[in-house]
Amino acid sequence: MKHTISVLVENHAGVLARVAGLFARRAYNIDSLAVGVTADENVSRITIVADGDDYILEQILKQLNKLIDVIKVRAVNESELLTRELVLVKVNCTPAQRSELISIAKITEAKISDISLNTITLELSDYSNKIKTFEELLRPYGIKEIVRTGTVAIQRGSASLTI
Amino acid sequence: MSENIMTVARAMVECLKAEGVKHVFGYPGAAICPFYDELISSDIEHILVRHEVNGGHAASGYARMTGKAGVCIATSGPGALNLITAIATAYMDSIPIVAITGQVNSDQIGRDVFQEADITGSAEPFVKHSYIVKDPSSICDIIKKAFYIAETGRPGPVLIDVPMDVQDMECEFFYPEKVEIRSYKPTTEGNKLQIKRVADAILKADRPLICAGGGVFLSGAKDELKQLVHICNIPVINTMMGLSNIDMSDELYFGMMGMHGVKAANYAVSHCDLLILLGARMGDRAVVALKDLKNTTIIHIDIDPAEIGKNVEVTTPVVGDIKKILTQLLAVIREEKHTEWINELSEIRSSSETVPETRKDAVNPKQFIQTLNSHIEKDAVIVADVGSNQIWTANNIRLTEGRFLTAGGMGTMGYSLPAAIGAKKACPDRQVVALCGDGSMQMQFMELATAVQHGINVKLVVFVNNYLGMVRELQDKLYSRQIAVDITGSPCFDMIAQAYGIKAENVTDISQADQAIRNMLSSDRPYLLQVFVDKEEKSII
Repeated sequence: MKHTISVLVENHAGVLARVAGLFARRAYNIDSLAVGVTADENVSRITIVADGDDYILEQILKQLNKLIDVIKVRAVNESELLTRELVLVKVNCTPAQRSELISIAKITEAKISDISLNTITLELSDYSNKIKTFEELLRPYGIKEIVRTGTVAIQRGSASLTI
Repeated sequence: MSENIMTVARAMVECLKAEGVKHVFGYPGAAICPFYDELISSDIEHILVRHEVNGGHAASGYARMTGKAGVCIATSGPGALNLITAIATAYMDSIPIVAITGQVNSDQIGRDVFQEADITGSAEPFVKHSYIVKDPSSICDIIKKAFYIAETGRPGPVLIDVPMDVQDMECEFFYPEKVEIRSYKPTTEGNKLQIKRVADAILKADRPLICAGGGVFLSGAKDELKQLVHICNIPVINTMMGLSNIDMSDELYFGMMGMHGVKAANYAVSHCDLLILLGARMGDRAVVALKDLKNTTIIHIDIDPAEIGKNVEVTTPVVGDIKKILTQLLAVIREEKHTEWINELSEIRSSSETVPETRKDAVNPKQFIQTLNSHIEKDAVIVADVGSNQIWTANNIRLTEGRFLTAGGMGTMGYSLPAAIGAKKACPDRQVVALCGDGSMQMQFMELATAVQHGINVKLVVFVNNYLGMVRELQDKLYSRQIAVDITGSPCFDMIAQAYGIKAENVTDISQADQAIRNMLSSDRPYLLQVFVDKEEKSII
């Protein structure tokens, strides 16, 4: 089962290595990981999507909490979360195919970020499954390159994770 | 210029003094020179070990006896790397140590210069926390935090890596009185509702059992444990790390549990209806005793929430400091008897206790240890190494007010002599006897020089059978063959001792044990007994 875990950490050198090392040495699986500074520049937020049963999730949360640089850890139910990933896809695109691809972009609410004689680069920010569908739509045209971020997540409604 | 302006190296020494450090264990080298230069002219005693790992083990033995963080020092690169095994050993046993390492100059870090190693990176899996000092003005704050983190909550090792150029920089010395780390706030008080649940469970139980681990020492809760055991008449057993946290001659004490434990203790675990795990992390060697439990109520009391539910499924978790929790618990419990249960266990204990037989042409090590029991002072410190010698000692030593030390979690061979040296520096008035095998002896005997140089009166018993005995047992049992366990070709350890100027005796027959032990313990200098034990003697009872 997939879990989305938000971790607030001190914004020091080496903290990411500590968090990533913990997952590696205790054999927890990371699906994706995203890091960025928060509104407080001394604090970074790491969003981890991890795979495992309830026992593993409990262990991950407890072990993360033991790291001295970890300020807060929270795992929130999928249904209470707003999640986003960003993807950039460079697709083969002959001048004749342009209108087709532009209409795919329109329907999926992707942005056309770059265009050349034979390629088009589309940008989409959405939740994980939507991005998967988007990729499948583009695959028949020939994907030259795809770049995807890890998931970032924020709680729906007024609840928030701050220090 | 203010008198508080000084080099980082000097400030490090001032911080140690402010922290109350009296002894440190280490091995110098180029990258830690500035610090050593200041250390040697201070009144902190530096014990020069003969290998960095032993500086770590000595600091660990020291910490186990004082309850304060032990300090060990090494230089950059190989020196620091040699410390890792000791750091990991302390980590597994939750022992507070502060390890200080030199690092190459900060502008050279990352260029693979001479004796450069990423020690904070390498030691990361085995430390509670680590620092690399880049800003000279941060040194005092870092050292204060290092001791605080090492000693509070679940204790553990903290590493401070200081580049050589930073040691020479100037800073203002100011040792903070208090520490505030927003992300580190260990829970010490037990939750009242949970304490009530524990008290109710004790009241309800007909066959309660306490399994007391190393956490009882770490929180200084021996007295509270004894009170609980006697007020409620609850039988008590130990994990290996918990050995000697209760008087072993106590009628309610039933020995060590687990794979290498005794019958009475393991019977108690599988027949109790309430099991209270007290500062025991239930490592796999201990947990084998729990595999058949079905309807047992299990209460787990530990300062580290991550240990609760990790290896054993628990009915009631209680997070906090054991001393505080037991104090809270003692206020709400009432007297109980459990006579039937205690009688049942006492019967198992007396029927399963065997008197070790005298062997021809060699010594039965169990018999030797039982002989040792009648000579040691009641508060003696016994340090067991790793292997058969450890199990023989664990199951045969009888300590009343003494202390048993061993590398229980990591099982690090070569631990006993350096740890004994550290323990003796911590408690110079107590007898300290290390027991090891001929395998572990050869991983540590360079430390005989340390004992001689610093006049540290430790006693060493070496059990010789020319085997790595415990591995041999495993290979016999699992693979029906013996491979690479024969260590014939080992030296005469009495002659090794004599080469260091240490008096030594050989014990080839149990009839010589009494006098030899007497000679060893009455000497005011280090002493070695080489005991030739029966090659076939197994570790299990």
